[in-house]
Amino acid sequence: MKKTKGSKINETRQDKVFNAINTVILWLVLILVAYPLIYVLSASFSNPQAVSSGKVWLWPVDFTLRGYEVVFQHPDIVRGFFNAIYITVLGTVIQVIITIMAAYPLSRKTLYGKGVITLFFTFTMFFGGGLIPTFILINNLGLYNTYWALILPGAVGVYNVIVARTFFQTTIPEDLFEAGQLDGCSDFRFLMSVVLPLSKPIIAVLVMFYAVGHWNSYFGPMIYLADKQLYPLQIVLRNILVQNQFDSQMMMDVASMEQQKGLAELIKYAVIVISSLPMLILYPFIQKHFVKGVMIGAIKG
Amino acid sequence: MVKENVLDKNTTLALEKSNQLSFKQRLSKAKKRIMRHWQLYIILLIPVVLVAIFSYGPMYGLQIAFKDYIPSYGIEGSKWVGFKHFINFINSHQFSRLIGNTITISLYSLIAGFPIPIILALALNECTSTKFKKAVQMITYAPHFISTVVMVGIILLILSPSSGIINQFIQLFGGKPIDFMAKPEWFKSIYVWSGVWQGMGYSSIIYIAALAGIDPTLHEAAIVDGASRWQRIWHVNIPGILPTVTILLIMNFGSIMSVGYEKILLMQNSLNMAKSDVISTFVYRMGLESAQYSFSAAVGLFNAVINFILLAIVNMVAKKLGETSLW
Repeated sequence: MKKTKGSKINETRQDKVFNAINTVILWLVLILVAYPLIYVLSASFSNPQAVSSGKVWLWPVDFTLRGYEVVFQHPDIVRGFFNAIYITVLGTVIQVIITIMAAYPLSRKTLYGKGVITLFFTFTMFFGGGLIPTFILINNLGLYNTYWALILPGAVGVYNVIVARTFFQTTIPEDLFEAGQLDGCSDFRFLMSVVLPLSKPIIAVLVMFYAVGHWNSYFGPMIYLADKQLYPLQIVLRNILVQNQFDSQMMMDVASMEQQKGLAELIKYAVIVISSLPMLILYPFIQKHFVKGVMIGAIKG
Repeated sequence: MVKENVLDKNTTLALEKSNQLSFKQRLSKAKKRIMRHWQLYIILLIPVVLVAIFSYGPMYGLQIAFKDYIPSYGIEGSKWVGFKHFINFINSHQFSRLIGNTITISLYSLIAGFPIPIILALALNECTSTKFKKAVQMITYAPHFISTVVMVGIILLILSPSSGIINQFIQLFGGKPIDFMAKPEWFKSIYVWSGVWQGMGYSSIIYIAALAGIDPTLHEAAIVDGASRWQRIWHVNIPGILPTVTILLIMNFGSIMSVGYEKILLMQNSLNMAKSDVISTFVYRMGLESAQYSFSAAVGLFNAVINFILLAIVNMVAKKLGETSLW
């Protein structure tokens, strides 16, 4: 909509009214989305008594870092945080490599049997064995209570394979393949030294899709991990936020029940902020990649 | 994709006719084509094996839906029982409740969640200040990256009957605090509207992209003809994104029987179960908490087959309506 900028001079009264209404609508949306986020952030820095009596409504009241102190001293949370980082890094690296290994050959026009192999992959998007048979399989393979149970089943994200394949098809010209072939470049070498250097945008998209997925997932860890030492952050969060389980020994120094309850609430706010921190920091960088990913995915649709 | 295949087929057909290739010759030709790119097949091997094990493996395991699976006997060793589990499920008293909740939750999500991203995209598209537009986009995309656990945590905190901000507002205006999570009648609204809050910005991306693809000369022509902003939205922008809207709507209808368990499981409690229990959470509870493997595999299969049929029907309709289709 670049043209509206140029035509500002002959804006009619009707257009002005339109603009005003439109701006009001967008402001409303903005406030509606941002307010809960700001509230949680402020509450995490406020005196719990002020939060529960409704004094906090926008900015922190009686600024305190008590919630964060408790959170950082809590061994489960700290361990969960590092476990989550470990799973996210390992899982993302493996998944990105495997996704490219699936997508690149399928992007080549000359691949014999391409249609059948593509169908082999895409069929799994529309039909699957479901939760129970998958669970039994993971058990039978001896992957229960290991991180492999979280990484391998989703290693080939079929949707992402299609996104990556579409990217390869549209950005790497067929002439380049032919030129490479004439020069005696093998398919391996072509992938490593021509395709990958040209594919940084799609690799960024894949990394983001998979990393966010791993960081945020709780269901896989919940059903496949039995050992508390292995729990990633989201499981610890679930226990604190949803199931209200929190070591009361962390709050030994707090006298009354009232205060304990208040601190428990404060910890919840703090833990929400902490767990979202990595995403918040990365968010400005990844945002445009996500947009790109959605758009590449949409070309197919 | 499809066009290429058609072209490929046409050319091979033409080749066949002109050269009158025998089956043997064709086989050797295929062999040659495979051999020339053997490295590509090597690259494909690992992903194919992984999909075979982790996606097709469970499909093989689905046979337990027709058996009485006993872990120590293994999948093959367990006794066949035919459709027993399916019949049990359909006759069970939970059946109508599960189907009812699944359909109402997804219809509610669709009615509330589908138009809002479109309206947001149209509004953003009309926004004359680039900075403001960027800011709104940035903020509204952000909740998409919040994990389900944190999302439900925020819901529980905000709606808490003793300290939640919503109930403080209610009390401020003289109302009585409501224990939202304990009231089954509130469950669906909380689920759906928190989903809208989290997803509207991100879902609008695709429409914003579609709007950017509209031919600017159409707008110029409309301006010359004296169309107002509102008229241009109505007669240029909306028809412009209609194909995208249609395909997404159709896809949504195809998944009307599949409601995810991740968020519902976290929001579920014994008090709101009557309205919050859906097929997928039932499968989880029966299978992994009560260890009724065969029964819950049957329920899951029942659901998956319905989903597949719905998707096929919906795709057929899409094909009839226009050129847009999933496969």
